[in-house]
Amino acid sequence: MKFTWFNLMPWPYLPDDFREKNRSVWVDIDQRLFDPAKSHEVYNTYMDLLEYADTLGFDGIGVNEHHQNGYGIMPSPNIIAAGLARRTKDAAIVVLGNSIALYNPPVRVAEEFAMLDCISGGRLVAGFPVGTSMDTNYCYGQIPSLTREKYMEAHDLIMRAWTERDPFAFNGRYNKLRHVNIWPRPIQQPHPPVHIPGGGSVETYDFCIDNTYSYSYLSFSGYLRAKALMQGYWDRVAERNAPDDSPYRAGFAQTILVADTDEEAERLYSEHVSYFYNRCLHVSPAFADAPGYRTIKTIQSGALSQYAPPRGGYATLTWKELTEQGHIIAGSPETVRQRMEDLIKGLRVGNIFCLMHVGNMPAEKAMYSTKLFAEKVMPKLRNMFPDYADDDRFWCKPLAKRVTSGSLPASPTTAPYDAMLGAK
Amino acid sequence: MELKTVATPHVPVRYLEGGQGPALVYLHGAGGVTAADPLLAELAKTHHVYAPLLPGYGDSEECAQLRDMLDITLHYWDVVEALGLTDPLLVGHSMGGMIAAEMAAIAPNDLSRLVLIAPAGLWLDDHPIPDLFAILPYELPHYLFYDAAAGAAMMSAGTAMDDPGFLQAFLIQNARQLGMAGRILFPIPERGLAQRLYRVKARTTVIWGDGDRLIPPVYAQAWKKAVGGADLVSIPEAGHMVTVEQAGLVAAAIAGAA
Repeated sequence: MKFTWFNLMPWPYLPDDFREKNRSVWVDIDQRLFDPAKSHEVYNTYMDLLEYADTLGFDGIGVNEHHQNGYGIMPSPNIIAAGLARRTKDAAIVVLGNSIALYNPPVRVAEEFAMLDCISGGRLVAGFPVGTSMDTNYCYGQIPSLTREKYMEAHDLIMRAWTERDPFAFNGRYNKLRHVNIWPRPIQQPHPPVHIPGGGSVETYDFCIDNTYSYSYLSFSGYLRAKALMQGYWDRVAERNAPDDSPYRAGFAQTILVADTDEEAERLYSEHVSYFYNRCLHVSPAFADAPGYRTIKTIQSGALSQYAPPRGGYATLTWKELTEQGHIIAGSPETVRQRMEDLIKGLRVGNIFCLMHVGNMPAEKAMYSTKLFAEKVMPKLRNMFPDYADDDRFWCKPLAKRVTSGSLPASPTTAPYDAMLGAK
Repeated sequence: MELKTVATPHVPVRYLEGGQGPALVYLHGAGGVTAADPLLAELAKTHHVYAPLLPGYGDSEECAQLRDMLDITLHYWDVVEALGLTDPLLVGHSMGGMIAAEMAAIAPNDLSRLVLIAPAGLWLDDHPIPDLFAILPYELPHYLFYDAAAGAAMMSAGTAMDDPGFLQAFLIQNARQLGMAGRILFPIPERGLAQRLYRVKARTTVIWGDGDRLIPPVYAQAWKKAVGGADLVSIPEAGHMVTVEQAGLVAAAIAGAA
């Protein structure tokens, strides 16, 4: 199993009446609710928490890309990832991901991901989302019905840039580049492992299967509601005669909150869960899906937007309902272990993106929950898929010998040339 | 009006045909057009009307190759050619007006009469047009109709909005139609037309509903200024769907212009 500690980086100061007074947490969110001076501490705390997860033995630490979004103050995940690459030792740097249709030209992603891979010593896991309609269409102005074509072209360009050793011309529809020749290139060969966040479209299932990429379902509605979608994926894996059904072909994001007891979990975390579901997920339906963004096939399959709230809305859900319906997994280490086992077996997923900082949760609570999970839950879930213990196709392969950042020699007092001579 | 199909180089095109008289080609707006359209019925009294559907509209086949303004402009000239028409009276509403103006600008010697009804295609920073792609269905009547209540009743006639089957069909229709329209209208319905309008040689009539809340009448003045010698006809008590709310007056203005 691969556990990635993930932080969406929500803005923690949305007011109590946010829902009533605002149309949407995304796209046209009120500028005045963001306080740059306060964000200084928020960013640094969030990055500290990601680094903390590395010290506790999480396999990866994860970041993602959203724009004009109150629950994700990370329009450039690569900036955060660069900081993490320097300050962490072992965890994979999981960038899930860069919305590659938004980078002009997309070789920018090939370059920045290569830099991250080099700085981190080969610890990059690269995510290529199409991007939500809010981000891609409404914030970044991409034409909805051409977004996928542009995305596929960007993917082909990045892959060629990573794998070809001589300059080449790329005459795409959206990118015309006469001299593609990225410098630097990634450590990992032939390229860093790729994860593709998807929302249930058959085209994305096939794209992952055909390219040996891991399919990730990043939902906030929990594992019980994800069953049909993930089953669709596994059915497709079988239909397409993929060489295996390794659980590492799939990943899932789940909100996880651990405390000493079930009661303590509710007492400690319910206000933050409520903040997340009621304020952070308050997205105007006007921005849910620009017409043309989803393929006709996907609409026909009935896979509706993951941002569509359950009937009646999240606001009406109690802690009991949120846990029983699996939106969140919360409770004592034993409760969480059982639930996680259900999730892992039920969805057949080897990659878990653990959403452990929720809403406006203070650092102390996030650390408490994270530590309990790392020490009392994670070890018991390690060996869920012994048949695939050696499957390393979907995870990073770091250099065996990596430098420690901040290891310059002592500040020189004489000319280094002389010092080197003296050492001889 | 009768729904027919004509072959064009990229895709078979569905079109409505009816009436007798001089040839008139009508290009519909982003909402599409049906055989029951009141303006088409009015126009068919005096003209031989052809109303081709943009690929993806109604039951017509989609066309991946039409990606941008030039593709769509040339496609419509292909349609005119395929219908065997020469220099028809070209009428376009909203998105259709934008396309018609492009056609007139790209082939100025092939067109002598042009009618633009509340056309899209220009952008005034001081008067931003609402985001058509972020308007919820229940908000649409306000933007489209002078009489929003009557418009709402017309739009929802006979539909059960909460029926899952209806919803899915609605989403698919939107994805097909507005997905295609988005190629020239998203996220801002402007593709550089302003710098090409000087090329238009056709005698041009611009028709606008006084109460248009989607593309406000200030744009009518901008069009009049941009197209040399254009006439402007203002229609009272009409919104953006002036074609529906005042079909008779619009038809009369077109007839008067011809």
